[in-house]
Amino acid sequence: MSTTSYAVADTATMLRRNLRHSLRYPSLAAGAIGMPIIMLLLFGLVFGDTFSAGINGGGFDYLDFLTPGLLLMSIASGTMSPAIGAAVDMTEGIVARFRTMAIYRPSVLTGHVLGNVILTIVSLTLVVGFAVLIGFRPNASIGDWLLAAGLLILVTIALTWFAIALGLISKTAEGASNIVLPISFVLPFLSNTFLPLEAMPSGIRWFAEYQPFTPIIDSLRHLLLGTPMESGSGWLAIAWCVAITVVGYFWAQKSYNKGTAA
Amino acid sequence: MSAAIEALGLHKSYGDKLVLDGIDLTVAQGTIFALLGPNGAGKTTAVQILSTLITADAGQIRVAGHDLYADPDAVRAAIGVTGQFSAVDGLLTGRENLIMMADLYHLGRRAGRERADRLLEQFDLVEAGGKLAMTYSGGMKRRLDLAMTLVGSPQIIFLDEPTTGLDPRSRHSMWSMIRELVAGGVTVLLTTQYLEEADQLADRIAVLDHGRLVAQGTPEELKRLVPGGHVQLRFNSPEEFTLAGQVLPTALPNAEALTLQVPNDGSVHALRDLLTRIEDASLEVSELTVHTPDLDDVFFAVTDHSQQKVAS
Repeated sequence: MSTTSYAVADTATMLRRNLRHSLRYPSLAAGAIGMPIIMLLLFGLVFGDTFSAGINGGGFDYLDFLTPGLLLMSIASGTMSPAIGAAVDMTEGIVARFRTMAIYRPSVLTGHVLGNVILTIVSLTLVVGFAVLIGFRPNASIGDWLLAAGLLILVTIALTWFAIALGLISKTAEGASNIVLPISFVLPFLSNTFLPLEAMPSGIRWFAEYQPFTPIIDSLRHLLLGTPMESGSGWLAIAWCVAITVVGYFWAQKSYNKGTAA
Repeated sequence: MSAAIEALGLHKSYGDKLVLDGIDLTVAQGTIFALLGPNGAGKTTAVQILSTLITADAGQIRVAGHDLYADPDAVRAAIGVTGQFSAVDGLLTGRENLIMMADLYHLGRRAGRERADRLLEQFDLVEAGGKLAMTYSGGMKRRLDLAMTLVGSPQIIFLDEPTTGLDPRSRHSMWSMIRELVAGGVTVLLTTQYLEEADQLADRIAVLDHGRLVAQGTPEELKRLVPGGHVQLRFNSPEEFTLAGQVLPTALPNAEALTLQVPNDGSVHALRDLLTRIEDASLEVSELTVHTPDLDDVFFAVTDHSQQKVAS
């Protein structure tokens, strides 16, 4: 077999390992899926009417506004599980074993990322399903849906690599779950997920305007609901994803290979 | 016979803590080499370096004929490592662990599953094969760990304290597995803090203390470093103990245990001399035991004077 097919085979082996872990230890994945659904029910059903009345002088469909942001929030809260997985892996003998074997080295971490992409696709499908059930009415074409799905997967890959890099420097499961909080919690809340930028106080608004989640959410709303968006937001969203992926990937690989014979 | 492992001048420190201070060792193909030393001597660090897990600060290493720094993947393809802390995936079953290893060695689907099942049989894990490895006992984990190491049929196997924490039965079964491996042509480098284990298994032993090799040789050569054994005398009272120390000035006293170790080769003649001196001084000895030299004596002799380098 060639080097490339070894790379694919080893990565597939690691992916199987991670999917088995998720099946046997499902509480982390369940938590990651449950959180956005609770948010959806809470903000969509309980506060939705009040928000609709208060924003832009009423007549505003809050559930439509909310759902694209919550998709991003599902991705973000889903990064905790691979971050913990990678951190725990490094403390266990099994990864020391992998590092003394002639396997394709990036496969261990790539297996975590691919495993999380698959779980995230499942959780995004569930969130969209729930949203439609309680009244989310997107008017997107199939092409728009595909573009939106592509963007969501790019975001998942980017955030997962970054979360794994953070997980690797934190060394313990507790440390990993704390260190990804800015991604899994702070960025989704301090963005235009719950409120339009115009409705925010100026300091937070300034932060929300320039952080990566906002152009991504704008692009998703544009694709799914046809809302107007600033020109260039789409490219900005993709650029953020690529930049975060590159930084996360190289940082994670560097931590993983630290100290071993290259 | 060519060497399976050759290391020259290994140095490693963590911060200002020197862990390995110039280690040279050569392991001949098809032999068992034991790295013997107390906790913190640097045994695990040495294994981690030789198995490509961490890099040394200085030194040259060839493993299975490959330069470890020039071609680490060639070394990795030739070795198998069973570390001190179990290297099994607890969330997979025993069989899944073995199949994962077979997949990583690219044995192919069918051959991999056959190999996994054969190893389960060989290591007495058939029944446990379908259970998650996290539920295994210490001995079972260690067996699975070694079985995983063997999936890829490595030429050289590193075993870091393979029997630490095992009960005597599991220890003996691990020993016979290691002997079988070597009978099949594999080279084994193992670390241990048990002298008996090194004596039982190893063709050559290197004694590691504070990051330096303080002695190296066959078990017989090492035992010869300590000429003769000793007689241990135990006393009931500190007064008798002190008095005996004056009568027998060459003895090694242990004031806490109230014992004296008197150098003695254990011959009838030497024993009669000792008994006569005890008799003449009217010493009350509560217990007398004769010790022929074993690796314990070697260990204490060479680690007590670690600066004087005894090489055979």
